[in-house]
Amino acid sequence: MTLLSVDRLSVTDRAGHVLVDDVSFRVAAGDRTGLIGESGSGKSLTALAVLGLLPRGLTATGSVSLDGADMIRAPRGHGDVAAVVFQEPLTALDPLMTAGRQIAGPIRRFRALRGDALRDAVREALDAVRLTDTDRIARSYPHQLSGGQRQRVAIAMAIACRPRLLIADEPTTALDVTVQAEILDLLDRIVTENDTALLFITHDLPVAARVVRDTHVLQSGRVVESGPITSLVTAPQHPYTRTLVESARRFDAALERTGRD
Amino acid sequence: MSRRRFLHLAVGLTLVLVVAGAVVLSYFWLPFAPDDTSGGRLAPPGGDHLLGTDKLGRDLFTQLLIGGRIAIGTALGAAALGGVLGVTFGLLAGFATRWLDDAAAVLLDILIAFPTLLLAMLIVAGAGASLGTAVVAIGLAMAAVVARLTRVLVKQILARDYITAARVAGISWPGIVVSHVLPNIAPTVLVNLALQAGLAVLAEASLSYLGLGTPPPNASWGRMLYEAQATVLTAPAGALAPGIALLVLVIGVNLTADGLRDVLSVKGSR
Amino acid sequence: MTRYLLRRTAILIGSLFAAAVVLFVLLRLLPGDPANALLPVGATPEQIEAAQRELGTDAPLLSQFLTWLGHVFTLDLGNSLISTLPVGEEIAARLPVTIPLTLAAFALAVLIAVPVGALAAARADRWYGPVINAVAQLGIAVPAFWVGLLLITVFALQLGVLPAGGFPPDGWADPAAAIEALVLPVVTVALVMSASLIRYVRSATLDVLGADYLRTARALGATPAQAMWRHGLRNAAVPVIAVLAMELATTFLGAVVVESVFALPGLGSMLVRGISQHDYPVIQGVMLVSTATVLVVGFLGDLAQRLVDPRLLHRAAS
Repeated sequence: MTLLSVDRLSVTDRAGHVLVDDVSFRVAAGDRTGLIGESGSGKSLTALAVLGLLPRGLTATGSVSLDGADMIRAPRGHGDVAAVVFQEPLTALDPLMTAGRQIAGPIRRFRALRGDALRDAVREALDAVRLTDTDRIARSYPHQLSGGQRQRVAIAMAIACRPRLLIADEPTTALDVTVQAEILDLLDRIVTENDTALLFITHDLPVAARVVRDTHVLQSGRVVESGPITSLVTAPQHPYTRTLVESARRFDAALERTGRD
Repeated sequence: MSRRRFLHLAVGLTLVLVVAGAVVLSYFWLPFAPDDTSGGRLAPPGGDHLLGTDKLGRDLFTQLLIGGRIAIGTALGAAALGGVLGVTFGLLAGFATRWLDDAAAVLLDILIAFPTLLLAMLIVAGAGASLGTAVVAIGLAMAAVVARLTRVLVKQILARDYITAARVAGISWPGIVVSHVLPNIAPTVLVNLALQAGLAVLAEASLSYLGLGTPPPNASWGRMLYEAQATVLTAPAGALAPGIALLVLVIGVNLTADGLRDVLSVKGSR
Repeated sequence: MTRYLLRRTAILIGSLFAAAVVLFVLLRLLPGDPANALLPVGATPEQIEAAQRELGTDAPLLSQFLTWLGHVFTLDLGNSLISTLPVGEEIAARLPVTIPLTLAAFALAVLIAVPVGALAAARADRWYGPVINAVAQLGIAVPAFWVGLLLITVFALQLGVLPAGGFPPDGWADPAAAIEALVLPVVTVALVMSASLIRYVRSATLDVLGADYLRTARALGATPAQAMWRHGLRNAAVPVIAVLAMELATTFLGAVVVESVFALPGLGSMLVRGISQHDYPVIQGVMLVSTATVLVVGFLGDLAQRLVDPRLLHRAAS
């Protein structure tokens, strides 16, 4: 069943620059889709368009259908269908609210829990993202937590809505390398356990390779290649995809050489 | 630079230059002599007297121009005093050792706790009311604000990497001040000074209105407004003209400061 | 938290002391001996000496300061040189004019500025956003006494609905008359204050509207209104609260000037009179009271700010 259907989406700014050019893709229940591209490729704007959150001044044409709703012309609230984890958890979380209260927000809205039931649900959500000492973390403010902890809280907030599609926009880019691996594993597990579809946006090919199955590569706002991640890595067709793969391999080779010498 | 800010800068500079131009012109030509009281008291605008006359029979337009000298003079004088004193003190504080700097910070905070006008009134109280004292008083109050800003900026800059690099390269401290510190603090300080200059004009007007600034018969716009208050219904020009003049000058200065802020890419409130 | 309170209180007391020193020094250091100012021109040296002894201005500066400080602690602010009446009493008699004026003007300014500023930010793309901004620009460029003058002209002189100045002689005994006398002054000060407050509120709201956490809230299902209510308001309030204390001080100052426009018997007119008459005890007394108020309000404002923003609270405790 198709959850998200993007057809010929284009996004232009006031000056007429085309930031997203004729992009189409589908995400069905249980899919793990990746949008790969570098900065300026339009991948984040595509995600915002899907959520109906394009900044003022940008216009979208084409069609974006999220669970049947036209997100371009009549965007509606949708935390229960699609939830998001953004790149920079420090600014994505309200600095004046404790982690517990922020997670409680979506839970209260989508599962209508109150009082003790709500508190338990918050604790469960923190457990699900593998945070220990849940009471202390629930009472903490974002600036008192580490980057990894903050992102886990953000993920907890997103899945607290019990969404059918989880959109992750560069969720590990702002984190330390060791923490990146943990968060990726966490995302992988959560998506499997809850049978949630995943739309994973990143510039980092190896990172994508760990969690996604089918992929779309974006360059300057258009999709240049699509296909299963395995074929993209082993037999890239488009020159841009080839560059991405080669750059990733170069680092790998350097690592191996260092190990040998 | 965004179009809106360019508009601010253009309009602001135009307004300021119009007033400044009129003031400069006044040194070469005035419609009437400043103490010429031949016009008949409180005559309405018209004929020889563009704006009418004041309660002593002097031409209002002439008085307005002379008042403009005081307004612009105050703005420039106070800004110059505040700028030089403030930056010097701020620089010294920024470079000072921990204890000295903390003491300076506390002193500045106290001075700034006195609103500018209050501080100026205090200085005038002791030194007697005159234009000179008013300008010095306002300048000193401005210096405190500028000093605090400079101190904070200097501390931020000293913590930056290019300073360390310059030291490693062997450049002396005075050289660093001239080539790195001053150019980097200049934009923010200039914008701040521009804003303060507008406040200085208003402060001088308030002091004169209260009788604590330029003493009569010298015409300061504030003083003119005080004297026009009694006859505001019968001779409105006397109450409107100086007020509008003040408005024009201060808006001009503020808009210029806004535009400058954008041109020099200074961060701040929109 | 307690450590922060202790430190901040210490700074407050230190500031008050330093303010007293600054006040004293500024007045004594400047030319003109009060004794001279009192006596008529052509007084004999003996007369001057006698006056100095009476005033205590012949004693060394330090002892004069300590004497004065001692008096201040016992709340004895001396007597006016001109009227010989106790300064403290006169200040107390004038507070019922200045305090309601300042507080009411401040409250009115906040009431005007918060919705207008927020509106200007939220509708920055419609026509009234920039218009509000332009009007606010006008408001901060205009001297308060001119606004007062204009209001008097329209409402008191032309329409005759409100008094052009003055305050009922028995003060608040007739509350209606007292309030009537304060309406125009309060509106004058409030209008001028709200101009700068509007710009602060607008700026804070603009920052919040573009913030990431609003985007997260909306992405997780909140409507724009819900997101603003739950997250935006509190975050926007933080920078505004930070300036409120300073703005209160400026409101007080506006009240001081406006009192002269409306001939109100408040602290402001007392100060102005004292300055023009070189009445040092009066000047010192009023300045001390004003400065102490400004410093205490600043202290409270700092405290309020820390209570509202947990980031500052934790930094303060460290």
